[in-house]
Amino acid sequence: MSADNADTTGTAGTADTGATAGTSGWEPVIGLEVHCELRTETKLFCGCRNAFGDEPNTNICPTCLGLPGSLPVLNVRAVEYAMRIGVALNCEIRPSIFHRKNYFYPDMPKDYQVSQYDAPINVNGSLELPDGTRVRVERAHMEEDTGKTSHIGGGGRIHDADYALVDYNRAGVPLVEIVSAPDIRSSTQARLYASELRSILVATGASDGRMEEGSMRVDANVSVRRAGTFELGTRCEIKNLNSLRSLGRAIEYEIERQIGLLEAGDKVVQQTRHWNEDQGVTVALRSKEEAFDYRYFPEPDLVPVVPDAGWQSDVAASIGPMPAERRAKLAALFGPEPVGHARADQIATVVEHGLDELVTAAAAAGIDGAKALARTSNEASADPDAARRLDVSAFVALLRMEQDGKLNPTQSKAVLADMLENGGDPADIARRRGFEALETGSLHGVVAEVIAANTDAWHRYQAGDDKLVGFFTGEVMKATKGRADGKAVAAELRRLRA
Amino acid sequence: MTGPWGSATSPAPGARPSPALDIAGAVRDGSMSAAAVVEKYLGAIDEVDGELHAFVTVMHDSARLEAESVDRRVAAGEDPGPLAGVPVALKDNMCTRGVPTTCSSRILEGWRPPYDATVVARLRAAGAVVIGKTNLDEFAMGSSTENSAFGPTHNPHDPGRVPGGSSGGSAAAVAAGLAPLALGSDTGGSIRQPAALCGIVGMKPTYGTVSRYGLVAFASSLDQIGPLTTTVTESAVLFDVIGGQDPLDSTCLERPVPRTVSALADGVEGLRVGLVAELVDGVDAAVGARVHEAAGALAAAGANIDNVSIPEFRHGLPAYYVVAPAEASSNLSRYDGVRYGLRVEADTAEAMNAATRAAGFGPEVKRRIMLGTYALSAGYYDAYYGQAQKVRTLIIDALASAYQRFDVLLGATTPTTAFAIGAKVDDPWAMYLSDVCTVPSNLAGHPAISIPFGTDDGGLPVGVQVLAPALGEPVMFQVAAVLESRAPVLAPPRVHAP
Repeated sequence: MSADNADTTGTAGTADTGATAGTSGWEPVIGLEVHCELRTETKLFCGCRNAFGDEPNTNICPTCLGLPGSLPVLNVRAVEYAMRIGVALNCEIRPSIFHRKNYFYPDMPKDYQVSQYDAPINVNGSLELPDGTRVRVERAHMEEDTGKTSHIGGGGRIHDADYALVDYNRAGVPLVEIVSAPDIRSSTQARLYASELRSILVATGASDGRMEEGSMRVDANVSVRRAGTFELGTRCEIKNLNSLRSLGRAIEYEIERQIGLLEAGDKVVQQTRHWNEDQGVTVALRSKEEAFDYRYFPEPDLVPVVPDAGWQSDVAASIGPMPAERRAKLAALFGPEPVGHARADQIATVVEHGLDELVTAAAAAGIDGAKALARTSNEASADPDAARRLDVSAFVALLRMEQDGKLNPTQSKAVLADMLENGGDPADIARRRGFEALETGSLHGVVAEVIAANTDAWHRYQAGDDKLVGFFTGEVMKATKGRADGKAVAAELRRLRA
Repeated sequence: MTGPWGSATSPAPGARPSPALDIAGAVRDGSMSAAAVVEKYLGAIDEVDGELHAFVTVMHDSARLEAESVDRRVAAGEDPGPLAGVPVALKDNMCTRGVPTTCSSRILEGWRPPYDATVVARLRAAGAVVIGKTNLDEFAMGSSTENSAFGPTHNPHDPGRVPGGSSGGSAAAVAAGLAPLALGSDTGGSIRQPAALCGIVGMKPTYGTVSRYGLVAFASSLDQIGPLTTTVTESAVLFDVIGGQDPLDSTCLERPVPRTVSALADGVEGLRVGLVAELVDGVDAAVGARVHEAAGALAAAGANIDNVSIPEFRHGLPAYYVVAPAEASSNLSRYDGVRYGLRVEADTAEAMNAATRAAGFGPEVKRRIMLGTYALSAGYYDAYYGQAQKVRTLIIDALASAYQRFDVLLGATTPTTAFAIGAKVDDPWAMYLSDVCTVPSNLAGHPAISIPFGTDDGGLPVGVQVLAPALGEPVMFQVAAVLESRAPVLAPPRVHAP
């Protein structure tokens, strides 16, 4: 590809590119299929506990084991969570039915999966990326999860394992599969989409969106086409993307692989491919010809799901504002101008962890917004679960102590860590730790004592060796057991030198 | 004969002796012990069933324990329920906790369900004693009980002939007096056809009135559990016991199931009865003659008889043999050797799967799995499954218009009387034709009942069928009771309890 073709890449909505090397003249076309587990108390079709990490095969019953004669009964809460996702993704909620997707696999107890096919509950939605791109969401449908197979012995892979163990705790866990249109144009956008979707799922309360625990799983459909053309190229579906990082890497790899094939005059073969994280490559799993014929047909053991208008509006009313709106609200604390990158990242972190209220409550109480945002996005977000349990008024009280100079930043962070771990009142914690800030008068006394004990250093400082501020501050901290405010010490040193 | 418990269950005029109701009355008033009843029936089974092979499993120990518990309740002054101490035989496709449930298939040999079917729980709650599990065509696929992996059941009226099927074991057991009551399942006629061939009463309820929870599925949208009994009154009593909504079966109707016992004595004065040409023309001459005599008997009792043609019935059998195998192909996928039943070891999971199913399923089951798999395959779905579902709609619509003119419909249950064992095993289509008169009610989800009405020239029983609209059980039983009271009394079967 010659460089003078490069400007044509911008013609088909590729204003944001992932800066993928070697893509000039080509446009990647990407759609994502995201499976998310719903955090219901019980499974989709039975009363078994829906929990991650329990002892294998303890949350099972005749229905989720697919025993002969068992029947499914739909979990209403799962429908409600699916509708929350639909509302959050601007979908139409429609009357829907379940289908059976038939294929054999040892961790699928009935050897069919109950899923939604041509009449899903949520259709025609959209998701706006933080960069302003609107990605259409074709559907977000309900289905049941499979069990989990562990291959034991050999290399732990299917082909050389000695035997396999199956844990059916996950079998029947409710999933929503969210299918985007092929509106994504780069690996960067794909990561943005997945990350924004995760925030939305968490915000709805329907899912915890944990990729590392497999509660959110992403498959990517990738094709490329000549920039400026509109016909879709042959796509490959990439599986086994267990993190945002592997999602980005796998898409980069796949784009380059397909461009390489096409530029060499070869064709892309429609395939399902497996991302090998260690080797950084995608490997063919099966071709279109080998694809399963799932023999879908309507599940005769279940009845149609027809949420009435009242239920739909109850669900819509039950979910709070979505991340984009919440980010905008936090950014507005800093004025009408767009916030810078660093602050935008802090805001995104706060929203992702659902800690908005800490910032807004502090700001409302007159605390400096930058301070509130920093403590929330840096310190509180280190333990988001604990931070969400934090007493908001206690957090505001802590920031006020810091703002009023009663605690220095180091002390304030220590008190916050204590509050996150044990809860409690910041003033009590500060007192217990002996953190009451020194009165200005006694600080001056301590500084004088330290100077008297280190006259050589003081002379050098007076002669202009500013590095010694650190030395003196350290000595003062030692003498006060950390109760002094570093900034106040430096100010006193400057005053005495002047 | 007096009714065992009050006027509500008093037999209709001319009704036949009802062994089950006699037993329940005697056990409830303390004149007979449930233990003695159970011993009598266990003794009869031990003595006679070698010749009939109606039972797959006889539950000697648990039946005795259950009978003792009924007797204790009577002794304590409690009422054990309307079926106090009555032995009931269950088709061996209904789950019984801890007791083998085989579906007469090698693939389930040795499997003991960890739970009871809802109907089993309801029987026990009514005081009944489950006495054993009866033989069937493997997974209820067949019309002669010859497709059992454990060998055929013999017709008590002529042991050289089939009892019909697939509930042939239950029908033979009741006909021979080895159980006063039995349950069967009816997917395309599997209760009514064997009842007709064995000279007893067999009833298929409205789809959704009896829970399928714990019934091993053959074709989920057609399967329905129902009673096989000596008399119409017993059929109504048993239906009232097992019917009603079940939260474990989503396809159970939410509205209350009509009580039927109270309708038994209402007579047929002024009722409009349609004699269906498609259920009379083309059946054996003797069968057709008995149906016309039955119509005459109803007319003599005051009903208005008229002829009606429902041409859509001609499409019933082909539609049935698409829908039932399609659903079966999916329902039977779970027998994969992974979790229960037979496993034939092999190198890979897929090979183990295939070897297990090859060894575990009989030829008719394999034939239907292949038929159904084909009918659901990509590219064929619309032509087969889709088309068959349209036929169902046509039949439902045709019946709806017939029921504007008639209260019930009348016809033959089967085209022939009991045929010789082996006569049709090599000709599946000839065997499938046995269901031609019964499948329309399954496709429509409507109730139907077969009542013995005379014999052919060789003395083999003939059944006539009363069809009613959805939830029309009361009027159906009303007509059945009159037919029963006017039917010739059958000679006792050649093989019978002592």
